[in-house]
Amino acid sequence: MSSLPETDIASDWPPVAGRDMLELRAGLLAAIRGFMAERGVLEVETPLLSATAVSDPALESFMVQGNDGMKFYLQASPEFAMKRLLATGSGPIYQIAKVFRDDERGRRHHPEFSMLEWYRPGFEVDDMLEEVDALLQQLKLPATVRFDYADLFRQALGTDPHTADHHTLQKLATANGLAGDGLSSAQLLDYLFSEAVIAQLQNHPCAVVKDFPVQQAALAHIRPGQPPVAERFELFVDGVEIGNGFQELTDAAEQRRRFLADQAERRRRGLPVRPLDEHLLAALAAGLPDCCGIALGLDRLLMILAGVSHIDSVLAFPCERA
Amino acid sequence: MANYSTNEFKSGLKVMLDGDPCTIVENEFVKPGKGQAFNRVKLRNLITGRILEKTFKSGDTLEGADVLDLEMQYLYSDGEMWHFMDPNTFEQHAADEKAMADAAKWLKGEETCTVTLYNGRPLNVMPPNTVTLQITQTDPGVRGDTATGGTKPATLETGAVVKVPLFIEEGEVIKVDTRSGEYLSRAK
Repeated sequence: MSSLPETDIASDWPPVAGRDMLELRAGLLAAIRGFMAERGVLEVETPLLSATAVSDPALESFMVQGNDGMKFYLQASPEFAMKRLLATGSGPIYQIAKVFRDDERGRRHHPEFSMLEWYRPGFEVDDMLEEVDALLQQLKLPATVRFDYADLFRQALGTDPHTADHHTLQKLATANGLAGDGLSSAQLLDYLFSEAVIAQLQNHPCAVVKDFPVQQAALAHIRPGQPPVAERFELFVDGVEIGNGFQELTDAAEQRRRFLADQAERRRRGLPVRPLDEHLLAALAAGLPDCCGIALGLDRLLMILAGVSHIDSVLAFPCERA
Repeated sequence: MANYSTNEFKSGLKVMLDGDPCTIVENEFVKPGKGQAFNRVKLRNLITGRILEKTFKSGDTLEGADVLDLEMQYLYSDGEMWHFMDPNTFEQHAADEKAMADAAKWLKGEETCTVTLYNGRPLNVMPPNTVTLQITQTDPGVRGDTATGGTKPATLETGAVVKVPLFIEEGEVIKVDTRSGEYLSRAK
């Protein structure tokens, strides 16, 4: 990036977030730490600089290089490292970490943001949602109303997301304002979910959507059945995605298969292919306890607590003036 | 003209869509945490004044439109037209209600605005990205309540109404983002 013109420097050196926003952030962090301490969830730190990067085709990692030529990726999530702790019997753990995602900038996106991620060995999705509700209550937000992904999708679009074919999804996406074609079924589901389905949550200040189509499983355990569903859940506040959680996949062979499928999809889209995280795979092979995990975006949570709708308002220095 | 990618669709950029010059009004980056990124774009057709909404896959491109943007000083409104002056040529231009659209509610006088000329006529007026205005009316707030969220409406000296945090009081001077119409901070 070229250096900023001088006139911008003069107006851009002060922070965007005022003292009131800084206090709100400090208060939120203190409230979370108090909540976790009371419940015996251990705060941990894992490296921001990682030798491997997330394989998910929808997440782009920043690469950094040291003077000695060593290459690292800035973490897109502390998930892999935290699972290695869980596999050695760490018990319940949480982390408040900066995470980094390239090519993400908008009213609700910033290339670095603060994430609260926590894991609960022995918990199932309903136990985890109970704990999420307790945290929301501590922050003076209402408890969640829970929805099934397929029910919401059918109500909004009249189609079953588990069985809809590519042609049907493309037709629905075009009818709902998508310009162009050439997207995969998984990408079309992302589009329809963001554009048409989430709108139904507007009247529920805090909502959870769970049981995603298996194409959207990411790192979630698949629950067999008719149809099989991914045990994945997302938290929405005022219709904005705040968190994503899984009944975690613990099967090393299945995890390797999904990593390889991600890499194949990256090649298909012409995206850089990252090395596999063999440390994570070894940890899963050694035995990750059955557990539930969730990640919450703290900057978006602050936006809601402050009643602002641009992420810059809660940041001291957004990237353009970093 | 150059082609512009979705991540260059800044508010005010002029692009061609279906043969007409359009200005980007809003470009919202939409992306599920784990999923494909899209740009939900609101454009104003500069000829008809109509607002269009299209969603593009992030990375898609549109051709730029050949219209002229000039920085001009807002002088006054005669009730029908809004008058601007080019500070370099001292030439004056009058913009009608259609060209002003939402810009009028942020202006009290002397602001530098971006005026778009197409065939020498103002087609569109963009106010400064941020304006500093006094609150003329708002309900009393709750002092010291910075821990819990919440907003209330506040009327500004230009008549615009914005949502502000509960602790902001009548008479205070605040900064507002004219692109989103939202409260940014107290003015220092």
